[in-house]
Amino acid sequence: MSLSPVEGVALAEIESTGDGPGGSRVVGRSPGQLAWARLRRDRTALVSAAMLVFFLLVALVVPLIEALYGIGPREQFQSRLDGFGMPLGYAGGVTGEHWFGLEPGLGRDIFIRMVHGLRTSLFIAIAAAVITAAIGVVLGTLAGYLGGWLDAVVNWVTDLTLAMPFLIIALALTPTIALRLYGQREEVPPTFQIGVLIAIFALFGWTSTARLVRGQVIALREREFVEAARASGAGLGHMLFRQLLPNLWAPILVSFSLAVPSYITSEAALSFIGVGLTDATPSFGRMIYRSLDYLQTDPAYVFFPGVTIFALVFAFNLFGDALRDALDPKSSR
Amino acid sequence: MSEPLLRVSGLTKHFPVRTGFRATGLVRAVDGLDFAVRPAETLGLVGESGCGKSTTGRLLVRLLEPTAGRIEFAGRDITHAGRRELRPLRQDLQIIFQDPYASLNPRHTVGRIVAMPLRVNGIDPPGGVRRRVQELLELVGLNPEHYNRYPHEFSGGQRQRVGIARALALRPKLIVADEPVSALDVSIQAQVVNLLRDLQRDLGLAFVFIAHDLAVVRHFCQRVAVMYLGRIVEIGDRADIYERPRHPYTRALLSAIPDATRLSPGGRIRLTGDVPTPLDPPSGCRFRTRCPKARDICATEEPALVPRDGSGQSVACHFPEPDGAGDLPGHDGAGDFPEPDGRDAAGTSGAEVTA
Repeated sequence: MSLSPVEGVALAEIESTGDGPGGSRVVGRSPGQLAWARLRRDRTALVSAAMLVFFLLVALVVPLIEALYGIGPREQFQSRLDGFGMPLGYAGGVTGEHWFGLEPGLGRDIFIRMVHGLRTSLFIAIAAAVITAAIGVVLGTLAGYLGGWLDAVVNWVTDLTLAMPFLIIALALTPTIALRLYGQREEVPPTFQIGVLIAIFALFGWTSTARLVRGQVIALREREFVEAARASGAGLGHMLFRQLLPNLWAPILVSFSLAVPSYITSEAALSFIGVGLTDATPSFGRMIYRSLDYLQTDPAYVFFPGVTIFALVFAFNLFGDALRDALDPKSSR
Repeated sequence: MSEPLLRVSGLTKHFPVRTGFRATGLVRAVDGLDFAVRPAETLGLVGESGCGKSTTGRLLVRLLEPTAGRIEFAGRDITHAGRRELRPLRQDLQIIFQDPYASLNPRHTVGRIVAMPLRVNGIDPPGGVRRRVQELLELVGLNPEHYNRYPHEFSGGQRQRVGIARALALRPKLIVADEPVSALDVSIQAQVVNLLRDLQRDLGLAFVFIAHDLAVVRHFCQRVAVMYLGRIVEIGDRADIYERPRHPYTRALLSAIPDATRLSPGGRIRLTGDVPTPLDPPSGCRFRTRCPKARDICATEEPALVPRDGSGQSVACHFPEPDGAGDLPGHDGAGDFPEPDGRDAAGTSGAEVTA
């Protein structure tokens, strides 16, 4: 991102905090530090970041939570269901033992299934976002900086990928690949399903990052500091990693933080229509899919996973927006 | 006179204009330049916007590939040298850019920016990179303690000093300065130009100084080349160009300098029309479409850049001004350039040209 006179505000701040440790060295603030300071002043960013940290922590310590909670994701509590398979008690069977109640029918604990589902969703979304960002950054910088035939080819492939209907291909490919690898009778392992989901997201998701980065690189390529490095005899590696990449972190971070929630919802959507995960792996999509059958009889079953996925995606989106504002204060809200 | 450090002959750069995949035209940005720069000499390159000055500068440091012609630096042909062949020469040939806001990487500290040429070329100066960078910062008049600061914390003039320090890092023999002061305001311009002149004197640097501001060029350069539409129309010593201009374009350009002290009626030579497009330059003399003296021969025959009377002044015109006809209205030898520090008060009249 370009930094020019608007940043002048920072000048005064720095003058006043000029003397660093030792008193003799003048300490300047990097653009990153300035963005960090702006981010910390933003209340929306703080709240959404706190929520994200909470969700991430929960996802990281799933075994610990399971040990403390004392209930596994596949344990069934049929004794707490009535004759129609509906949980006994109020709000879908919420008790001190089962915090979010029980699933109708199978009688599994909703809380621990959600904790597991959170881990699955976050793992898939973050892995897919990392892979798409990596592919997008590599292709985008190379195409933008080198131009010529490479740029033409990358652009062509990008257009082709964008033209492919995501849902139809996901619907057609996933069962075909699973059938090819595992046959009719074998059970498809959850790791494979997760891998297929990440692969599908990576296949279709890299285009936006690649386009974004390519545009940024084309704008930066003509800047004189790039020419100065070239005039000093810098090689391709130095140009890409030392000169260009530090200027690309802001858009990459923002697109990453906005890609994660879109993958969370996509994963839920794919699991919902039955392409993604099966019931063996706890996930938000499967839970919401199952819960819809009980929308009238047991609304609490829809409520808990629905609200959680909403809060998760909302927090990610708010944080992404706040991050963009902090990294590029000139862009209008 | 000593051997030239830089010799350019027939330097040409054409940019193809493409619509789709077909080349539909050719912008003749630079079309056959010949000049030479001796060690520790400053050559000014002046001309209006779009006449190919900056393209020339970028060709000299090989940021652009010349279409034709030859660039010789210190006796070696570098016209089509690759990156590895250029490496030893990079140290002798550096560039200062016009826009101090675009020429420094906003994500790097000043120390890192100035150290970049050293790092890229794998040079480890005695005493360490940091020490050398701090020496350089001091040399260009910046506080060496600003090593860890970022470009956005500096003013335009300070940024341009950082750019100069970066260009000096490899101890070059020749610096191409591409309009180094035109983005700065006037008082800062004077400081930066005086800094460049002190450095030129102290370090024995040669400069190719690209500018559209004639006053700055007069202040800084020993020799001046006037460009029009990709060609040099006149080249010579500063005194000759400014006091005895012989090409009608040079005269028009000089007469256009605003002068608050003397406004002589009818003294300004007004050129009508615009500069023709470099896609399709006029036949013969390129200036003929706007030249008050144009005749038939100007349309058919291109005037060569021929030296006159051995003074080192060359002019490309069929009807150059005769000697002694150079008394431009409204101009005498006085300096046009502000001298805020008074140090060079005596130096502006051209008397100190020693090269």
